[in-house]
Order: sequence, then structure tokens, then C-alpha cells
Amino acid sequence: MPTPGPPLLELAGVSVSFDGFLALKNLNLQLASGELRAVIGPNGAGKTTFLDVITGKVRPQAGDVRFRGRSLLGRNEHQIARLGVGRKFQSPRVFEQLSVQENLALAVSETKTPMGLLRRPLTNTQRQRIHHLLEVINLAPRARHRAGSLSHGQKQWLEIGMLVVQAPQLLLVDEPVAGLSDAETERTADLLRSLAGDHTVLVIEHDMEFIRRLQTRVTVLHQGQVLCEGSMDRVQTDPRVVEVYLGAGQEQP
Amino acid sequence: MADTRSRWQPRWRQVLLWGMGLALVLALPSLVSPFRLNLLGRYLSLAIVALGIDLIWGYTGLLSLGQGIFFALGGYGAAMHLQLNCHSCSRAAGGLPEFFGLYGVQQLPWFWEPFHSPWFTLVAIWLVPAVVAGLLGFLVFRNRIKGVYFSILTQAALLVFFNFFNGQQKLINGTNGLKTDLTRLLGLMVGSDTMQRYLFWLTALLALFTWLLCRRLVRGRFGHALLAIRDDEARLRCLGYNPTPFKTMVFALAGGLAGISGALYTVQSGIVSPQFMAAPFSIEMVIWVAVGGRGTLWGAMAGALAINMAKSLVSEAWPQTWLFIQGGLFLLVVTTLQGGVVGWFQEGGPRRLLARLGWRARLSTYPALELETGQEGED
Repeated sequence: MPTPGPPLLELAGVSVSFDGFLALKNLNLQLASGELRAVIGPNGAGKTTFLDVITGKVRPQAGDVRFRGRSLLGRNEHQIARLGVGRKFQSPRVFEQLSVQENLALAVSETKTPMGLLRRPLTNTQRQRIHHLLEVINLAPRARHRAGSLSHGQKQWLEIGMLVVQAPQLLLVDEPVAGLSDAETERTADLLRSLAGDHTVLVIEHDMEFIRRLQTRVTVLHQGQVLCEGSMDRVQTDPRVVEVYLGAGQEQP
Repeated sequence: MADTRSRWQPRWRQVLLWGMGLALVLALPSLVSPFRLNLLGRYLSLAIVALGIDLIWGYTGLLSLGQGIFFALGGYGAAMHLQLNCHSCSRAAGGLPEFFGLYGVQQLPWFWEPFHSPWFTLVAIWLVPAVVAGLLGFLVFRNRIKGVYFSILTQAALLVFFNFFNGQQKLINGTNGLKTDLTRLLGLMVGSDTMQRYLFWLTALLALFTWLLCRRLVRGRFGHALLAIRDDEARLRCLGYNPTPFKTMVFALAGGLAGISGALYTVQSGIVSPQFMAAPFSIEMVIWVAVGGRGTLWGAMAGALAINMAKSLVSEAWPQTWLFIQGGLFLLVVTTLQGGVVGWFQEGGPRRLLARLGWRARLSTYPALELETGQEGED
């Protein structure tokens, strides 16, 4: 896969320590524009910290994070989000007291200031995007139900939907298929693949079948560092990976 | 587009309800004694501060235990204007409000000067508390102070203001406060029955406006953002929203409403004093909202009215018991009725209670629930 031009996202020598524990150790990673990348790694490999660093929740002790050539360090979460970085959280985090539609309306909104929300109603284009997305995520009949009344899988989909209508350039997707049925998992993989190209997508997941279905480049994290990178087949046969991570998975057929 | 048409078709039940409410408010002065009317007017003004608390606490999740600051600031604004315009009481002190004579003050303190103007006063009543709240809020929210730390901070700020106001005899008559009932406004004695009747209507009108304003704020995407801040602020940040201006704005707004409320309360109770900033009073305000139902505008208003009416009725009959009842109510809300009384009704509480008492309630089937989609999310 050629990577023309500067990378969309670049982490250079990023280190994060929590009270002496090094969650990320001199991590280097580049993501090309339009790429779909899967990140795997055993528990505690630093996957979520890695996302926290990109979205501004955690400030690294060393290194730099650059998005579209601009450093993200020192920016707040909302500023980074407005630059075009969207995130779906590990356990689905939707606003349970709001309806499905209202959740999407908050995400689709381009004005994000108090006066903006009070003055400007949603445009027709935005409404159409919400309606379209409700169909895509299969929640059209439940549009006016409280998000809290949805099943776990539906919440996962709603949060993916919020991420998509937010229209970021970079989508950070943390465990999108945890708790989903096989059919739903397949559809999620197809959805993410269709998003890549126009968007750049970074997926963190445990589900190997799902990763395989994404048919894309895989980065393996281990103890806060990149262990290896490559296609799923190559990664799976890498002896280091087998040792730290997939060894346990090999027992399954 | 069918939506907009049906919205403008008259809904008779609502029209009837509003008509009855209006008739009641207009007729009340002739139905109850001036004493009761005055109490009702005061409690209605407290409903306004309760609405503000509901906005910041019920909707945005910020529990302020210091609304008394803003309530008192509004009250002092109104009282200062009235004191300056009280010619009979100021003649003795050489054109100054009477109390200045007690402390040998000859010169009107500078910050009293603009309160000669009724227009300035009308603006200052809500703008001063709103600005104070906005500044305090901005500093606190920018540093991401929330939850119980925010509550403690507001309570501490309240104590600071309370002690400061108590000590300023030469500026604002200290602990004694400023009296308004013997002053004149528009040619009428403020404490007179006629004036009190007008003030009651004014309070009712302003309470209605406040309710409409809050309803407008709460229903749109702005209100949804507030709920999102309450329930998961970090998530909202990742959608590109900065919660700080939202919180600051709502806190300032609640401060402004508290100011209006305090001014109306002052002119109806006849005095403003640092006691408005006593810690128990600000906590009581929160209890009204909690018992009525936080997160519902009706709950906040009804809570303020009902609890205060109950307080005066109970205290007249059994003077010692009210604090026990109030404490009991608070315990009840904390332990079992978390949504308050209005919340309990909205969540189908009465039906559950009947079911527990042996009434068999008919269960809706799942398809029926699906068909109800149109009705959900209306409120």
C-alpha cells in the first residue's frame, strides 16, 4: 500500500506514564489519508491510552501527535474534535435520556456554541443525513425512543451512527462489535470498510474474525509499543505476536 | 409539515386549563385575605429561583448550594432603590436613607448613586447577580471543577458573601438589612394592600414568563446539550462541544432568575437582610426542587409553592414540627422518590402503587408499545 503525501495522523515517540507505569513507550505510528487500520493487542497493551492521547484526554510526557500536519498537543478535547477527529468509546456511550434522533442531532450539528444551538435550527441537509443514517443503522422505527431503552447492540450502532454524522476526517473506533451478534458484526465491518477512503478509520478490536473481515493492515501493540505491522496473515504468523497475543487464540478452531 | 398545522389547532383542554389558571390568579386577591395573598406572592417569587436551580441542577447536573447570593443581590438592588426614593424616611438623615444617620454617614456610598434611577434598578436586579454568577461560574467551570466540589465551592462563596454583608453597617446597614414596606413606589406605599395585590400579579406574570423561557431553553438542542453535559460531559466534548460556555451561561441565567426572585420576594416580605444568604435557606431551595421533581419545570415550581405553603400552614398549627417534616421529605426523595413527586407521576408511580395495593393494572403488550412511538419524546 503506497502512502502518498504526508500522513493524516502521525504519532512520533509518544510516551505516557501513569505514576511510573509506562502505558505507552516511545510509540511511533503513521496513518495515511483514507486508510483503514486495525489495532490489536492484549489487555493492557495501551490501546485505549493510545486513543486518549490522540483525542486530548491524556497528555503524553514525551513525543508529538500530529494531525494534518498540526500538533494536537496542548489542545482540548473539543478543539481536537472540531479539527476532525471523532471517537467511538469502548462501552457504548450515548446520551440515554435523549431520544435516538436527539443523540444524532447533537452529533450532526455544526454549530457547537450555546447561542448557535439556540438560534440556528438544523438545516434540511442535516435532517436528511440523520434520516439516512437512521436507516443505515436500522434504528428508524426507534428514532423517537430514549436511547437508554435500546439494547446493547443498538447502542453500539447508535454511537457508530453519531460518529458518522459528526463527519470527522479521522474515525477512532474502540471495540465496535463487543456484544454484537455475528450478523451485526458482519454489517459493522462492511460499514467501516465503506467509510474508509472518504474517511480515515482506525479500529481497535479483540474480535479476530472481525479484523480478518476488514481485510486491512493491522498494527499490533504490546506493552505500549508497536510490536509489528502488516496484513492479518502476516501478523498472525509472526512468532512474536503468536507468543504475546495470538498464542491463546490458536486453541480455538 | 402536517406537524406545524396540528400545533396551531386549539387544544381545548389546554385552553381551558390556562383560562382557569388565569381566572384564579386574577380572582385570588378577592378570594383570600391580604395576609394569605402576600404569602402566596412570596412563594410564587420563590418558584422563580427554583426554576433557575432546576436549570442548573436538574438539567445540567450542577448542584449549587449558593443561590442565596444571587437571590440577595437582587433583593438588595430593589431595596436600595426604594430606600433612596423614600422621602419621608430620608428627610431626617439629610436626604440619605435613615439608617446612615445611625452610623454617622454623611455621604451616600458611590454604588448607591445609580440606584436613584428606576431603569438602572430594573436592569441591575437581574444583571448584577447574572454577572457575578457568570464570573464565578466561568472560573470554576474552566478549571473543570464539578460534582460535590462545585457544591462545596458555592456553599463557601455563600458564607463569604453572608459574612461580608453582615459586617457592612455603614454601607448597607449590616445585619439589620434594608426595609422596604414603608417606602413608596409609583405613589403607593409598598407595604399597602393595593400595592401588594399588584405585586402578586406581577410575580405571577414573571413566574409565567420564566417558565416559558425555561421551557424554550430546555426543549431544543440547547436543552439536549445540557442533559448531555449532566449525563456524560466527556462524551459531549468528543463531539466537539465545549461544556464551559454552556455551564457558564446556564449558571449566569440561574443567577439572574434568582435576582428577580429575590427582588420580588423582598418587596413582598418588606425587608432584605443578609439572612437571605444564610446557608439553610439556599439548601431549602434545593429541597423544593428535589421534592417537586428535578429535571421537570413543573416539579420545581410546584415544589417551591407547595413546600412553602405547607411550611407556613404547619408552622401556624404546630410550630416545632416543620423541620422534622422537611427533613423527612428530603429523606423520602433521596431514598425512594429520586425523580421527586412530578417525576414519580411521570414514571407511572401511581399505577405501581395501585398494583402494590392489589389493583391489577392491565399490561400493555409489546406491539402496543411500538405503536406509541409518536407520543414518546414529546416532553
